[in-house]
Amino acid sequence: MRRVLALLALAAGPVLVLGVLFVLPVGGMLSEGFVVDGRFAPGAVLDVLARPRVHRVAWFTLWSSAVATALAVLLGLPAAYALHRLRLPGRHAVRAALLVPFVLPTVVVGVAFRQLLGEGGPLGFLGLDGTPVAIVAGLVFFNVAVVVRTVGVAWESLDPRPGQAAAALGASPWQVLRTVTLPALRPAVVGAASVVFLFCATAFGIVLTLGGVRYSTVETEIYLLTTTVFDLQAAAALSVLQIVVVVVLLAVSARLRAVPDPTAQRTVVAARPLRRGDVPVVLATLVVLGAMLAPVAALVAGSLSVGDGWGLANYRALSSAGDGQALLVPVSDALLMSLRTAVDATWMALLLGGLVSVVVTRRSRSAAERRVRSALDGFFMLPLGVSAVTLGFGFLITLDRPPLDLRDSPLLVPLAQALVALPLVVRTLTPVLAGVDDRQRQAAASLGASPWRAVLTVDLPVVWKPALAASGFAFAASLGEFGATSFLARDDSPTLPVVIFRLIGHPGEMNYGMALAASVVLAATTAVVMLAVERLRVPGVGAF
Amino acid sequence: MNRVTVRACLASAATTLLLTSCSLTGGGDTATEPSTSAAGGSGSGGGTVVLATHESFHLPKKLVRQFEEESGYTLEVRAAGDAGTLATKLSLTADNPIADAAYGIDNTFASRPLDEGAFAAFTPGTTPPEQYALAEGGDRLVPVDSASVCVNVDTDWFDREGLTPPETLDDLTDPAYADLMVTPGASTSSPGMAFFLATVAQYGDDWPDYWADLLANGAKVVDGWEDAYYGDFTAGSKTGTRPIVVSYDSSPAFTVEDGRSTTAALLDTCFRQVEYAGVLAGADNPEGAEALVDWMLSAEVQSALPESMYVFPVMPGATVPDGWAQFAQQPTDPYEVDPAEIAANREEWLTEWTDVISR
Repeated sequence: MRRVLALLALAAGPVLVLGVLFVLPVGGMLSEGFVVDGRFAPGAVLDVLARPRVHRVAWFTLWSSAVATALAVLLGLPAAYALHRLRLPGRHAVRAALLVPFVLPTVVVGVAFRQLLGEGGPLGFLGLDGTPVAIVAGLVFFNVAVVVRTVGVAWESLDPRPGQAAAALGASPWQVLRTVTLPALRPAVVGAASVVFLFCATAFGIVLTLGGVRYSTVETEIYLLTTTVFDLQAAAALSVLQIVVVVVLLAVSARLRAVPDPTAQRTVVAARPLRRGDVPVVLATLVVLGAMLAPVAALVAGSLSVGDGWGLANYRALSSAGDGQALLVPVSDALLMSLRTAVDATWMALLLGGLVSVVVTRRSRSAAERRVRSALDGFFMLPLGVSAVTLGFGFLITLDRPPLDLRDSPLLVPLAQALVALPLVVRTLTPVLAGVDDRQRQAAASLGASPWRAVLTVDLPVVWKPALAASGFAFAASLGEFGATSFLARDDSPTLPVVIFRLIGHPGEMNYGMALAASVVLAATTAVVMLAVERLRVPGVGAF
Repeated sequence: MNRVTVRACLASAATTLLLTSCSLTGGGDTATEPSTSAAGGSGSGGGTVVLATHESFHLPKKLVRQFEEESGYTLEVRAAGDAGTLATKLSLTADNPIADAAYGIDNTFASRPLDEGAFAAFTPGTTPPEQYALAEGGDRLVPVDSASVCVNVDTDWFDREGLTPPETLDDLTDPAYADLMVTPGASTSSPGMAFFLATVAQYGDDWPDYWADLLANGAKVVDGWEDAYYGDFTAGSKTGTRPIVVSYDSSPAFTVEDGRSTTAALLDTCFRQVEYAGVLAGADNPEGAEALVDWMLSAEVQSALPESMYVFPVMPGATVPDGWAQFAQQPTDPYEVDPAEIAANREEWLTEWTDVISR
């Protein structure tokens, strides 16, 4: 019992933050739909769920997200292996580059994709424009990086000896992969897949842009019902449906993620040189990289194209306010604002995510304790599975009175972004922390170490590299976050994605060119920051 | 990438991180200033006046400074989301408004915040022309600008192909124009909705048949105006293949080359959107809000609207830029649908429209 209490005390901070910034707003917005004329009337909301259109929308969301998740995992696994276990030239740069799609504003990626796939584009002959195939391709494009990074970090610290032993006993490489490596990686793979599925199922801009208006997902439908139709009951019904599905999914993935014995010792294994047998994996990685780079190349080409020729005019214009003064602040200021916001969002996400990871990975001594831990684990994933529209409007109507008048707080944007990045941080840290042998902490405690001291000496050495990776991830997520930011950002301090959206929404060729150039700047900034994260961790590990 | 470049990257990234983290920890000092002054000064003849608006709002800094100096108020603009998002925000927060005044509610969305009681009655110092007034709620919402959504054509493309451009909505279903048109969707985009309303005004209850014909003739429906104009329109994108697009009456002023525009708006296909401003009910600073709305009708702001927001002023005395006088013509007899009718049917129309286009 005391342990459960201690657990709850440790979890109190993150739970409080999530309660105020997530449960309260979403609850407030849902009650707009459930309460009609001051009376609780769930009947009308439940009626909505019987609409044939709702069934179509839900089914489309499920299958497109499932296919996209499967593809992202299939494409991401070889790349995770190649980039984290093999000593490839330039692998740090490639790892950094793979995160670029993840931060690009969806509206820009949408236009870049459409210039590739559209009727007059280089891939127009495929006839994919406006089809579900294009939507799935877009979702995979955005999410492969999540798989590569989450699984890669786990793979990197996977003990190679069981595999070597199996090989020495005569197992083929395929058998080793199937019977030793993949089972050990299962928590990371399932964790990554569940995050990717949630990202796909709640994707907004990319579905709208690539699917045209024919294909609606639960997320786009909630947006439509809330802002255009103002049918709050239907929006509430869909939000509830979304939450239920997410909870079920999280329960399933928690079961799949559980490993029989999490006491396996984790050490970071040095990357090994290439062998002949690695060729297929490297080729697959190159294909993934090529597919990632095609839309980005289209973007770069677009940003350099001026009139009938090529030039840097779009980049030079970035310090201006744009054609017809489209911008209040130049792109350079917005970039600085983005960086500052991302720094804040990153430490918030890391602090919250670190606490959560510690809470959910400590060994449970009783069934009750285990249940509390897994409930907490799922709870912190929920923000990923809830509509940004519901959350955004919820902020407006619930956090509007003292003592919680946050509507005008400059901290709101970094906080919202930290919530978006939280599941990424948790999913990166938990597999690693789960691998720390609890007996080490007990040993430290028996030698007189305080709990904090035990964390410092036992957990920190193992977790600091993944923590850096997670912070890079959170930083990238924050740099590219658009949904919540556009809803909450203040006019005098927009972030780069907000400015890009503004540029692309204003007529004038220069503005469009500037939007592309600004996107390239955003992508390059992300790549440089990620590269720095990749490099910063080098000095700490002697084996490199 | 060689070692030196990597070091350089690393150094620059580290510097950026250091710079930003030092100056920050909490959103920055500049950002906290307005909110403290907002808390301090909600009395008359000073303090902050807060304007809620959509993301397209923009006025020159010089004008804003002039307003602040002359009125004694500090203007704080809170712009986020599109017109629909703004309407929803104002409706949901009607009992505790997010600002003192609002601008950017148009005639397709006006009924919603008006029904929720978001706006207070207000008579502006100068009276805008009668033709823009709302039938219901005209005592609370003041017209500021108008922008008509019209079908645009790439006239250069039609010249090259030796084809006469279409002129009317009926023409768009003519097989001669098969596979040439692209429009943003009514459910996802405000100009898309306006074009849809034009077809409702023209064909009444028969609009589903018209849309079925339009789609049978190869019209393409995309998500937003950006996708249609920059993705598919021949004059907006190098890879575009469609010379007919749904855009604005002012769009031709942005495709001027060598003293002439390469595109034209079809003035017989237009639906007029009028944007309104109003004082929010329960505002902290109602006097400031009234001064702000009056300022939006002043000659300076009205004349700045075309360059800043690509819309036409409603006040007769306002000037429009040279390019506009030449290339951006306003329709004389645009399509209209009663806002009350829009409010009553919006959901049903959109549901049916979505069914028609996903057949």
